[in-house]
Amino acid sequence: MLKKLLPCLGKYKKYAILTPIFVILEVILEISIPFLMSKIIDVGVKNGDVDFILQTGGLMVLIAVFALLFGAIHGRFSAIASVGFAKELRKKIFDKIQDFSFANIDKFTTPSLVTRLTTDVTNAQMSFMMIIRLLVRAPFMLISATIMAITINPGLSLIFLFAIPILASALFIVASKAFPRFKAMLKKYDNMNASVQENLIAIRVVKAFVREDYENKKFLDSAEAVRLAHFNAEKLLVWAMPIMQLTMYGSITAIFWFGGNLIIGEKMLSGELFGFITYSTQILVSLMMISFVFVQIVLSRASVSRIIEILDEEIDIRDDSNEDPEVKDGSVVFENVSFSYSKNKDNLVLENINFEIKPGETVGIIGGTGSAKTTLVQLIPRLYDVLEGRILVGGRDVRDYKIKTLRDSVAMVLQKNVLFSGTIKDNLKWGNENATDEEIIEACKIAQAYDFIMSFPKGFETELGQGGVNVSGGQKQRLTIARALLKKPKILILDDSTSAVDTATDSKIRQGLKENVSDTTVIIIAQRISSVSDADKIIVLDDGKINAIGTHEELLATNSIYREVYESQQKGVA
Amino acid sequence: MPGPGRRQHGGFKPQNTGKTLGRLIKYLSCYRLQLITAAIFILISAAANVVGIYFLKPIINNYIVPFIGQKNPDLSGFIKMVMLLCLVYLTGVSGTYIYNRIMLNISTGTLKKLRVDMFTHMQSLPIKFFDTHTHGELMSRFTNDIDTLREMLSHGIPNLFQSSITVTGVFLMMLILSPLLTILVIFMLFLMFLTVRKIGGKSAMYFKKQQEEIGKVNGYIEEMIEGQKVVKVFNHENTVKERFEELNEQLRQASTSAHTFAGILMPIMGNLSYVQYAITAAAGAVMAVNGLIDLGTIGSFLQYTRSFSQPITQISQQMNSILNALAGAERIFQLLDTEPESDNGYVELVYASKDENGNIKESDTPTGIWAWKHPHSDGTVTYTELNGDVRFEDVTFGYEENKTVLKGISLYAKPGQKIAFVGSTGAGKTTITNLINRFYDVPDGKIRYDGININKIKKADLRRSLAMVLQDTHLFTGTVMDNIRYGRLDATDEECIEAAKLANAHSFIKHLPQGYNTIIHADGSNLSQGQKQLLAIARAAVANPPVLILDEATSSIDTRTEALIEKGMDTLMEGRTVFVIAHRLSTVRNANAIMVLENGEIIERGTHDDLIALKGKYYQLYTGMLELS
Repeated sequence: MLKKLLPCLGKYKKYAILTPIFVILEVILEISIPFLMSKIIDVGVKNGDVDFILQTGGLMVLIAVFALLFGAIHGRFSAIASVGFAKELRKKIFDKIQDFSFANIDKFTTPSLVTRLTTDVTNAQMSFMMIIRLLVRAPFMLISATIMAITINPGLSLIFLFAIPILASALFIVASKAFPRFKAMLKKYDNMNASVQENLIAIRVVKAFVREDYENKKFLDSAEAVRLAHFNAEKLLVWAMPIMQLTMYGSITAIFWFGGNLIIGEKMLSGELFGFITYSTQILVSLMMISFVFVQIVLSRASVSRIIEILDEEIDIRDDSNEDPEVKDGSVVFENVSFSYSKNKDNLVLENINFEIKPGETVGIIGGTGSAKTTLVQLIPRLYDVLEGRILVGGRDVRDYKIKTLRDSVAMVLQKNVLFSGTIKDNLKWGNENATDEEIIEACKIAQAYDFIMSFPKGFETELGQGGVNVSGGQKQRLTIARALLKKPKILILDDSTSAVDTATDSKIRQGLKENVSDTTVIIIAQRISSVSDADKIIVLDDGKINAIGTHEELLATNSIYREVYESQQKGVA
Repeated sequence: MPGPGRRQHGGFKPQNTGKTLGRLIKYLSCYRLQLITAAIFILISAAANVVGIYFLKPIINNYIVPFIGQKNPDLSGFIKMVMLLCLVYLTGVSGTYIYNRIMLNISTGTLKKLRVDMFTHMQSLPIKFFDTHTHGELMSRFTNDIDTLREMLSHGIPNLFQSSITVTGVFLMMLILSPLLTILVIFMLFLMFLTVRKIGGKSAMYFKKQQEEIGKVNGYIEEMIEGQKVVKVFNHENTVKERFEELNEQLRQASTSAHTFAGILMPIMGNLSYVQYAITAAAGAVMAVNGLIDLGTIGSFLQYTRSFSQPITQISQQMNSILNALAGAERIFQLLDTEPESDNGYVELVYASKDENGNIKESDTPTGIWAWKHPHSDGTVTYTELNGDVRFEDVTFGYEENKTVLKGISLYAKPGQKIAFVGSTGAGKTTITNLINRFYDVPDGKIRYDGININKIKKADLRRSLAMVLQDTHLFTGTVMDNIRYGRLDATDEECIEAAKLANAHSFIKHLPQGYNTIIHADGSNLSQGQKQLLAIARAAVANPPVLILDEATSSIDTRTEALIEKGMDTLMEGRTVFVIAHRLSTVRNANAIMVLENGEIIERGTHDDLIALKGKYYQLYTGMLELS
């Protein structure tokens, strides 16, 4: 599965290829050392040939030094390759997410996207590093050490015919039995962490209802469940080390016995026995290494498949037009528009919507929760594509514009809005990077943000902290309106953007918009009738359909839903 | 292990190693016997490994070489040696298994204890603590820090111990075998230790740097993904990509250095040991030619040289991971050391009954009447009926010093009254309600509940007498029924359903796939905001307390739906003292008293009609809303 990610290697490919080559060179050199050692003893010592001993010894040192050099080189290269691989992977995922449409974003939750970019990439990196180093080294070592052992003494090598399958199958049994238990443990572990998270979020509820002891008891249960699951899973893995030792020690003992007998029978030499023992250690350690790497790779498979899921995600809104026309004016026309999040005609969220907005008009949209107000306005800057019908902005189908051109002309203040860490000014400049101080101040004045900004000791240079934690909900909403105004849009959409602002300020904002940006089309979604009552026209949405369009007075006279909302908001005033 | 809150905090080095280690040992002290047993078996396991190799010498020298070429060699001694070796090795293998098993027991048990202690302690911390610490930060105590500790307890410490024994044992055996060859070894050993120190130190340094870069990259990722839709609306994709590329490249550089040093350590150490192997072989052979050493000794010695490098590398790696774990442990202990919510209250809430003269008596069984049991310093005990009379006298409060949020607030709510707070965001409305249930404390005597100074009332009892419906509704994983019952754990199913009906939640619950048994996932993600709020109201209804605090309880419900639950709310509020905070003025109109707050001060108070007549701020707000007419 990791193969699918290989194109991500980019310019680090060279290192990814060189690493295994140096690994193999190192193994070849390493493997020759015990062989030379046996020659020193069996030829040098036997014949009392000091020259031969010193020559061979020198050769061995030289080989070891080269092996060290090659080892260091593949250590370095594998670091470059695997870290570079992770970097490119992160870049690719991040860039892909930037290209996501709203529909794509909706499919994944924020934490799951963050996990993919962080933990999952790290896991892929570790696996990749293991593959180009250990998974090359261990099998190659296993094979060449076995060949050397057979060269020394084929008969004695029969021991490995027993040892290798026994160790391999024992490790396989342990791993395959432990795997489901680890999975079960991880699930319990996730549950436990979820309950910690839940308690952190809802700590005020816990305390308000004096449920500390109750929660403690619940947690004790899940902590015990994790302990037990952990114990049961690891209990099996505890066998791995003794099994390994048992095979290793068993082989060594067997080599002593059979090897000793061969020497006595003059069919083998002492030095060969020493070399043989070294090879046997290398063979069994390699086997252990292979099993270890396989477990790691299997564990990281989930991560890799999560990454692939992102990279394979089909982006459903693209720039299809070759031309780049400008948005002429702020007019908006909906022609027989139907929409569904699931792209399914039987599950329509908006049905057969028709209306027309002239440039510079102010339009209100009213409707209960779930009446698809937000959905409707999100179609205008093409955050989603219509299922049927078409939407014209400035007299052209929105799909004929370049997305960037369209969205530059249509500013939208989202219901769930976000400020970023940095100063207030940094945040406002999202609207227009080249905005002058005068323009910024003007936008803030219209959005009724200027006064509170200046009340901060550092004014526009106030640091906001991640997510804008240093300002209140109402202040945040006003900042996001100012940010949108700085785009100098032809169409401004406010999606319930003043819900946390008090009514007086709310009305001042609308006043400001009317006076200062009168040629901008303004579309306001609101809960409060007062926010839309002075609009040029008001659209009443009910369950994805237009219920009525008219002015405040007309609707009050003719529309029952509108009247109902109006009355509920000012009951008993008269 | 995966889990939420992945961000790593802090560096590699603990601030106060000794103290942290001491406390950790205290945690382990209940496993004292098991720890000692484990240590003994680690010793056995390591010793068997070291001693086993030594057998090569007597076997070669005494049982093989003398018999070479003999037709019918006497193998009985050889057999005995091999049997003995088997015995040594079997002991070693059993030792390995036993100590691993014991350590598993210790580590899982200790981790559980730490987790439970941390969670329990967290529950006892004041709200202020949660205001000043992010969820991610606290979560990482439970995930990252505990994980590093697990690694240290189950592998780090045993490995360190075993490796140290092995290195010492091997060195001793070498000395015994051949002091002359050992001198050669000492030189190489010195080189090895130096290499490990140098490379290990560099690697730790770069890993620390990498950790910092990871923090930056992850922070940026979290922030941008969180605001992804805003990025799209503002066409900021390319700017964001560019910035990410910068951070990503910085991480790559730091990370490459870190992994380079970590990656070259093993091959360098392994091959240094081969250099030593080569030198030993050559030197040993020369000595053998001159009759200074025998074959068996060379064989054993050579095997020993090979088993040096691995434990030395282990020691250096484990030292790093142990330091890392201690830094985590230190953060865990820091959390455990945080001062818990203090409670000097001694007035308790008890069941009560009244005799014919109206005197209140304590009762063991629920009676429907509650009373405050107030012991006095002279030994007498008085009982006051729980009515829900709340008074503020000149309360001034700030979350931080010299930053007052409330200034000189005085108010009273008689039992059964509905008090409303109105004002812009940040005016201090929520703060007032947070003082009533002592999420934050004010000086003595400033707030009285049924005439009693609330600082004298036990927090748990105080809070039990109040029910809150908060601005942000939070539900718990479990069924709908469980969530309603959260208000009162001994409520029957019927009582819960009754409460749901009261809150107008019954009709939507009935339509859920499994009705009241429908499982609510992570904070109610399968319910709409409005439905969640209805459940929160039902939860408060089932608690059935004399005082109710509704903090923007209906803010996320559209006005039409709100009208539906209003009736339920009215029934719920009947006969109770109610504090209401609302943005929508229509919801507070029928309150007995409306307080208009601005900058932490009550600027206007009175009934709706009073305030309208006053033509002040309230009037402005109210008409601002109604300027349409």
